Amino acid sequence: MADVKKIATRESYGNALVELGKENPDIVVLDADLAAATKTGVFKKEFPERHIDCGIAECNMVGIGAGLAAAGMIPFVSSFAMFAAGRAFEQVRNSVGYPHLNVKIGATHGGISVGEDGATHQCCEDIALMRTIPGMTVIVPSDDVEARAAVKAAAEMDGPVYMRFGRLAVPVINDTADYKFEIGKGTVLKEGTDVAIIANGLCVAEALEAAKKLEADGINAKVINMATVKPLDEELVLAAAKETGKVVTVEEHSVIGGLGSAVCDVLSEKLPTPVLKIGINDVFGHSGPAVELIKEFGLDGDSIAKKVKDFVK
Amino acid sequence: MTTAELKKTANEIRKDIIKATHAAKSGHPGGSLSAADMFTYLYFVEMNIDPKNPKDENRDRFVLSKGHVAPGYYSALAERGYFPKEDLLTLRHIDSYLQGHPDMKKIPGVDMSSGSLGQGISAAVGMALAAKLKNKDYRTYTLLGDGEIQEGQVWEAAMFAGARKLDNLVVIVDNNGLQIDGNIEDVCSPYPIGEKFAAFNFNVVEINGHDFDQIADALKQARECKGKPTAIIMKTIKGKGVSFMENQASWHGTAPNDEQCEQALKDLEKVGE
Repeated sequence: MADVKKIATRESYGNALVELGKENPDIVVLDADLAAATKTGVFKKEFPERHIDCGIAECNMVGIGAGLAAAGMIPFVSSFAMFAAGRAFEQVRNSVGYPHLNVKIGATHGGISVGEDGATHQCCEDIALMRTIPGMTVIVPSDDVEARAAVKAAAEMDGPVYMRFGRLAVPVINDTADYKFEIGKGTVLKEGTDVAIIANGLCVAEALEAAKKLEADGINAKVINMATVKPLDEELVLAAAKETGKVVTVEEHSVIGGLGSAVCDVLSEKLPTPVLKIGINDVFGHSGPAVELIKEFGLDGDSIAKKVKDFVK
Repeated sequence: MTTAELKKTANEIRKDIIKATHAAKSGHPGGSLSAADMFTYLYFVEMNIDPKNPKDENRDRFVLSKGHVAPGYYSALAERGYFPKEDLLTLRHIDSYLQGHPDMKKIPGVDMSSGSLGQGISAAVGMALAAKLKNKDYRTYTLLGDGEIQEGQVWEAAMFAGARKLDNLVVIVDNNGLQIDGNIEDVCSPYPIGEKFAAFNFNVVEINGHDFDQIADALKQARECKGKPTAIIMKTIKGKGVSFMENQASWHGTAPNDEQCEQALKDLEKVGE
């Protein structure tokens, strides 16, 4: 995929905020001393008075976001996933989730692709944490096109939204003429009848790679991009399970509580189907180049293809 | 309102605190009673509010950061006309909108859901910041417990408010000296409180929280102070007005039984005389 354009979804986040800032004076962006990394710095450059650096105090930042939302503004609270969903979990739960305030959480540096910073900053638990909060919308965009669309859609809806973005530049896969993003709707990127691979985030591009490799082995895999983990597109999950009889989930997140669990929740209740969950297997990450870590943890196209092949055998 | 009228109103609120927690068989009377005079002054004199239009975007805001003293808050809101006083007897009941801790989605007049200590002040800071960003002149008030300020988030919020010069924000600390486990000094002393807020660039006013003249003067000083948020550290008596509850940590989160309720109301009747 050397010739494919690559952009980190955190870049998309910053750029989308600038666009929103131009359209809506109530958009305000909060950061906790990470504006250069979360890419909200571009918004700061454009709208310095509406970029609020809260310093290194994420719990307070989330609370300020709640207060701004209660006063009618649309705050985008920005930090690394580890701190937005992890450190400030209870603030998100009690100050944002419980009163269902219109706070948007832009969490960058999700998953192991944080790379060299290592395990303390590689959050693989955020989706599990966020999806347990009643009324929280949880989105994990797969590329630049989708990330920008998700930010816009989040701003347009009323209620709390958690968006997870990545540090690593990932291929642009959704720049098609008919691409349309809708919260709560998955997208079939490739039809197939032998197995359904449901992925999100950077794993979508890897799943497409895997599907190509599987094709060579005579396995016809359906690939679904499930950007919204909550509310989950249950209809699409059930239809895919019915069609293929076997489901694989792929995510840059713990196999506990994330997309895989969300899919299993639906299938176990409504259409029991064998599921293979590919993700981080209940371990911490470690330092290293992101691309190598993705391979080590089995989230690259080759690894996914091998696991799917074993699973459908 | 005259001081006599304020005292009478505060006494009504105190009676309702007793009746509501008695009916609920749970709740937090001690800190509700210590804050009752401040609730009274805020809702009957200080704040620009209209119970008939509780969502007015230009209204002054109040966040009860020490959300567990909801009985005091609700009694003040009911007394002010946000909802019927008789509903106070449904406090904490399974079919009541009067939740154990303030719920902005269910209770008229509640500007922010709160109760997890340390969080309310941040929301209040956000509201004050919103007023600055939108060029509105409403003011934001928040009430904290002296035990609550052991939470680190309080100081994150204080640092931000001081740094941003939020002079439209008033942080009130109910310094009744007691928390669940005992004296705040014995548990984990937050003293000196005033100096701490001063160090975070607050205008600090220390008062007796049961003296309406001092309350009025402190809030006037807060309005007049430009370029700094104000912290009002008010010395109070936990359980104020009820003889057997005064200065007893055990009345932090215990409801009076039938006999105690009767005795408490008698005490308060006397105060009212």
